[in-house]
Amino acid sequence: MGMTLGEKIIARAAGVSSVKPNDIHTVTLDRMMSNDGTTHLTVDMYHNKLKNPRIADKDKVVFIMDHNVPAENPKTAEAHKKMRNFAKENGIKLYEGQGVCHQIMMEDYVCPGELIFGADSHTTTYGALGAFGTGVGCTDFLYAMTTGTSWVMVPETLRFNLHGQLREGVYARDLILTIIGDIGANGANYKIMEFAGDGASNLSIDERIVLCNLTVEAGAKAGIVEPDEKVVAYCKERGRKAEFMFKSDEDAQFAAVYDYDLSKIEPVVVRPDFVDNFDTLANVSKEKIAIDQAFVGSCNNGRLCDLRAAAEVVKGKKIADTVRFIVAPASNEVYIEALKEGVITTLMEAGAMIMNANCSVCWGSCQGVIGENEVLISTGTRNFKGRSGHPSSKVYMASAATVAASAVAGYITGVESVK
Amino acid sequence: MEQFTGKVWVLGDDIDTDIIIPTEYLALPTVEDMKQYGFSPLRPELAGQIGEGDIIVAGKNFGCGSSREQAPEIIKALKVRCVIAKSYARIFFRNSINNGLLLIENSEIQNVVKEGDMLTVNVGESLVHDGQSYAIRSLPDNLMDILNAGGLVKAMQKKNGVI
Repeated sequence: MGMTLGEKIIARAAGVSSVKPNDIHTVTLDRMMSNDGTTHLTVDMYHNKLKNPRIADKDKVVFIMDHNVPAENPKTAEAHKKMRNFAKENGIKLYEGQGVCHQIMMEDYVCPGELIFGADSHTTTYGALGAFGTGVGCTDFLYAMTTGTSWVMVPETLRFNLHGQLREGVYARDLILTIIGDIGANGANYKIMEFAGDGASNLSIDERIVLCNLTVEAGAKAGIVEPDEKVVAYCKERGRKAEFMFKSDEDAQFAAVYDYDLSKIEPVVVRPDFVDNFDTLANVSKEKIAIDQAFVGSCNNGRLCDLRAAAEVVKGKKIADTVRFIVAPASNEVYIEALKEGVITTLMEAGAMIMNANCSVCWGSCQGVIGENEVLISTGTRNFKGRSGHPSSKVYMASAATVAASAVAGYITGVESVK
Repeated sequence: MEQFTGKVWVLGDDIDTDIIIPTEYLALPTVEDMKQYGFSPLRPELAGQIGEGDIIVAGKNFGCGSSREQAPEIIKALKVRCVIAKSYARIFFRNSINNGLLLIENSEIQNVVKEGDMLTVNVGESLVHDGQSYAIRSLPDNLMDILNAGGLVKAMQKKNGVI
């Protein structure tokens, strides 16, 4: 029986010729990433719980500070110090203030066919380059860092055949929020979401990142786009080799197959407090829901194409005086490019606050936290109750263009109404 | 076979990790400091009322969201004996086993149990409520080994002294 793309990655990491769903295998990890959300806990366990603390291969471990950067209170500063010192003592590569962890991983590390653990749920991002990235907690991370290995149960695969192209003004963000709305917040629980077809090839790497990043919001263990020449070019440009370009076999078994015509996807708005609380922008905009804050950024939607889309909408206009508009580029590389292109100037002239490259509003503990009963429209990853501030506050999710249009109007609306 | 009886607290579908422990409390030094805020966005009174050996019964997709391991740690720190849900998000599931928190999958008990009821669990076999028995499955052996040892680190130390 043939294997799916994800099964082939696990088989390679397990050193076996074939695997099938529900098998449990010991795998050797290609890379492990941990950020400042939990690294201090891993360090504590490393020092206090292990009898023979050691690191299997320091060159496979990457630490990235992005959740509370720069530190906003003494407790965070202490957690950072612990992480910084541990990295130094053990020769682990540390990034501080250079961007959101998943964006850094894409820019500097991920290669197709790799199996990567990240101590962050959105590690599914790496599927944009044909890798199997999956989120784990700090105990799993500790075990992986110490032994270089872990165990995985082989998941079933859901195949998404994408056809055609997104219309102008419709984004990969609209596509993945539509898919999550269709299959539900646990529609891919324990499973791999695999994207292929001419519609997938038509998507840029940045758009594939948006897709794979949010697959965890449908419960997926990994989200992977079938790698193609765009992946090879992306890796080559950054001095990396694309060695393991796996594809699903013709006779691979999928738990389900879905077909999406990209030309039929509409701009969407996801209502609070669940990621599958999907509606169309056309419906939601009729309600003229007033907003207090708008946010463009996060590992899902803080790349150059997103900042450009937002800038295009607000160019020559002013943000409504009832709204705070916060923008956080996903990495310094993105930030510098946006500066060179004048995108940052356009956003600032319209009234946006530009933050350093970090998780920002999406993480809900350092910058741009929202107060009691306030309403946020966001390109962040989640709209859970209290995710970005007070438990009574509300988070709506939409594309960067819709967020920017809403920031100008003062209420949730599309680009057309602010032209 | 292990058997225990506990008082039930009922929660709904999609109980996410930001509800189990909101981001703003993650910087507190220990899980003991954090546990009073457990479930606070949804049920601010819950953490103060939940007692040792109690059981949480919830709907589908329990623990969805972030990989924060403080989520199962807080449920353990509140001395909850086990969680029974229709389904679990995968990272939370793994984190719970790694921390020695027992999770049971069942989709029937939600229809009959009310908050405050007593429920008996025969681990790997059945749930008993009001004289009625509901079958449950056992976890795979490798997961039961981790759970019984009290979590992943202890299990591995016991097994081969690797770490």
